[in-house]
Amino acid sequence: MDLLNALVALSNFVLIPAIAYGSQLALGALGVTLIYGILRFSNFAHGDTMAFGTMVTVLFTWWFQSKGITIGPLPTALLALPFGIMGCIILILATDRIIYRFYRVQKAKPVIFVIVSLGVMFIMNGIVRFVIGPNDQRFLDGERFIISVRNFKALTGLQEGLAIKTTQGLTVITAIIVVGVLFYFLNHTRTGKSMRAYSDNEDLALLSGINPDKVVIITWLIVATLATIAGVLYGLDKSFKPFTYFQLLLPIFAAAIVGGLGNPIGAIAGGFTIAFSEVTITYAWKKVAIYVLPEGLKPDGLVQLLSTDYKFAVSFAILLIVLLFKPTGLFSGKSV
Amino acid sequence: MKKLFTATAVTALMAGSVHADEIKIGVILGFTGPIESLTPAMASGAELAMKEVSDSGLLLGGSTVVPVRADGTCVDSGAAVAAAERLITADKIDGIMGSDCSGVTGTILSNVALANEMVMISPSATSPGLSVAEDNGLFFRTAPSDARQGEVMTNVLMEEGVKEVALTYTNNDYGKGLADSFQAAFEAAGGSVTISAAHEDGKADYSAEIGALASAGGDRLVVAGYVDQGGSGIVRAALDAGAFETFHFPDGMIGARLEENFGNEIDGSTGQIPGTDSEGAAMLTKLVGDSFDATSSFVPESYDAAALILLAMQAAGSKASSDYKSKVMDVANQPGTVIFPGELAKGLQILKDGGEIDYVGATAVELIGPGESAGSYRQIKIDNGKITTVQYR
Repeated sequence: MDLLNALVALSNFVLIPAIAYGSQLALGALGVTLIYGILRFSNFAHGDTMAFGTMVTVLFTWWFQSKGITIGPLPTALLALPFGIMGCIILILATDRIIYRFYRVQKAKPVIFVIVSLGVMFIMNGIVRFVIGPNDQRFLDGERFIISVRNFKALTGLQEGLAIKTTQGLTVITAIIVVGVLFYFLNHTRTGKSMRAYSDNEDLALLSGINPDKVVIITWLIVATLATIAGVLYGLDKSFKPFTYFQLLLPIFAAAIVGGLGNPIGAIAGGFTIAFSEVTITYAWKKVAIYVLPEGLKPDGLVQLLSTDYKFAVSFAILLIVLLFKPTGLFSGKSV
Repeated sequence: MKKLFTATAVTALMAGSVHADEIKIGVILGFTGPIESLTPAMASGAELAMKEVSDSGLLLGGSTVVPVRADGTCVDSGAAVAAAERLITADKIDGIMGSDCSGVTGTILSNVALANEMVMISPSATSPGLSVAEDNGLFFRTAPSDARQGEVMTNVLMEEGVKEVALTYTNNDYGKGLADSFQAAFEAAGGSVTISAAHEDGKADYSAEIGALASAGGDRLVVAGYVDQGGSGIVRAALDAGAFETFHFPDGMIGARLEENFGNEIDGSTGQIPGTDSEGAAMLTKLVGDSFDATSSFVPESYDAAALILLAMQAAGSKASSDYKSKVMDVANQPGTVIFPGELAKGLQILKDGGEIDYVGATAVELIGPGESAGSYRQIKIDNGKITTVQYR
C-alpha cells in the first residue's frame, strides 16, 4: 500500500507533468531540427512561429465558442487547430518567399540565416502582440480532467491523489500520432525520401532531379504544422502568453541540440531528457521517501538534490556535458 | 525670412511663459510587465489628485499640474532608468510619482533621483531594503515596508490556525524580501515553513516547483508572486496536481485577475493587501465614481503619493525638489488640519495662508522612520470566487 502511494505521488508530481512537458518540447524541437537538417540554419523564430499559429487558433476558438460550436468534452481548440495551421502556413510561406528565398538564392552562409531568423523573430513577436496583446489568454474549455485528484482518491482509497488533465492526455496522444505520421512520411514516401536526400547532399540531390523549391516548401509546411500543434498543446496545458512562447525557445533548442541537431529521433529524446532532468533533479523526495523507507529511516529534511532555482542550470549542464563528450548530440546529428 | 524668425521667436517665448506655470509630475509605473493589469488604475489615481490640484488654481499661484507617464516595466531596471532619465532631461519634471516594483524603484532612486536631486514617492514599493537605502531625504513611500506585511501575514495565518506552510516567491527584490520577512516572523510566532522555493516569472513550466512544494507539504501555500506572472502559473499547477487546496496571497497576487483566473477553485484562501477602513478610502471611491476602479490595488496609495508631492510644493512655496523634500513629512503628519481626498483645495489654501495640515488622504497616511507608511492592511478571504474583506489591521 505504501509502495503504491509512493508510486502515485511520484507519477502525479514527476512522471505525468514531465511526460506532457517533454512531448511539447519534443514537438517544438522536431520543427527546429527539421529546419536545421534540411534548410541548414538554426531558426530562432521558431518560438514566435508557435505563438503565431496558436494565436490564430485562439482567435478561431473564440469565434467557434461565440457561435456555440463545441466538441463535447474535448477542447474546442482542436476544431480550430486546422485553421491555425493554415494561418501559420500562410505566414511562414510568405516569410520564406519574401525573406529567406533572397538569401537562399545568394547561397548565404548559415550564420547569416541565423541572424535573419532573429529579425523574423522580432517581427513575428510584434505581430502577435499587436493582434492579441501581451496578456495571458485562456481558451481552454471542455472537461478539465480525465481523472481528478478527488475522484482518484475516492476510487482507489489511496492517501495520495493522481490527476491527469485532459490536456496532458491530449498532448501525449497527439505527439505520438504526429511523430508516427512524420516518420512514416520521411521514411516511406517519395517526397520524404527526396527531403532526406536533399538534407544529406544538396548537390547530389539536385543532380538526381529533385526539385529544391518543392523540398523547401514541404519543409516549411511540416514545420508550420508542427509549430502550431506544439504551441496549441502547450497553450491548452498551461496558458497562452506571447512572452512565454519566446522563452520556450531556450528549452526547445537545448532539446534539439542534446538530441543531435538535424536528427528527428534525437529531437524527441532530447525533449524528454530536458523535461525529465528539469523535474526530477530538483524534486524533493521527502514524500516518496516517507512511504518507501522503513520507520527509523524516515527523513526530516526535504531530500532535495538541488533547489528549484537551479532547474535551468540542470538542463544547460546536461547540454554542456553532451556537447563536450558527443559534440553531435546523443543521436549524432550534424556537427555544428 | 526675418518675419518668420521673429514669429518663431515670439512663439517660443510664449510657449516658454506657459511652461513657467506648468508643474510636471512624472508617473513611472510598469505599464507593461508583471503588474500591467494594476498600473492603469494606479496612474489614474495619481492623475486624479493632479487634476484636483490644477482645477483648484491654488498651487503656487495658479500653476497647472501635468502628469507625464513613463513605462518602468516593473522588472527591467535598464528600461526604467532610461524612462526616468527621459522624464528629467526631456520632459523637465519636478517630481516622480513612482516607481511601483521594489527593484526598479531602488535603481531609479540610486541612479537617477539622487544624481538629479528629484523627490520620488512610490505608492507600492514594499521591499524592506528600501528603508535603509541612501536617499538624501528624497525618497518616500505611501506603502508600508514588507517587514510589516510579514508580521500581518503571520497574524492572519495564526488566527486561521495554520501552523505549517509551504512558501514560494518570485525571484526578485520584492519576492525575496517579503519571503524572508514573512519566514522570520512566522517562525518567531511558532509556525514552521516547510520549504521556501523561488519561482521565475514567465517561464515555460512549473512542474518542478510544484513537485518540490507538494513534497515538502504544509496546510497552505503562500504565494509571494505576481498575479499577471508566475504566481498564477504556480497556483494553476498546484490546483491541477491537487498539491494544495488553499493559498495565502500577499499584495502582488491580489487583483481582479485572481478572480478571473481561478474563481471559486480557491475558496477559503486568504490574503492581505495594504488598505484601510479610514473614511478616506470611501471618500476616494466616491470621488472617482465610475471613471476607473478605485478599489484596485494601490490606487489610494497612488492618489496620496501625488497629493503629497503637490502639498509639499505648496508648503515650501517652490517646485524645486531640494526645497520641498523636507516638507513632505510635515504635510503628511500631525499637527495641522486633517485633509481627506477631495479636500486638496482646502489643504492648499491653509498652506498658502501659512497654516499647517495633516494629510490623511485615502490611506490614513502616517509617514514614519525613513519616510514610509506605518501600514494598515486589508485582510481578505476568497468567498464564492470573490475577494471579500474580512477586516482591517
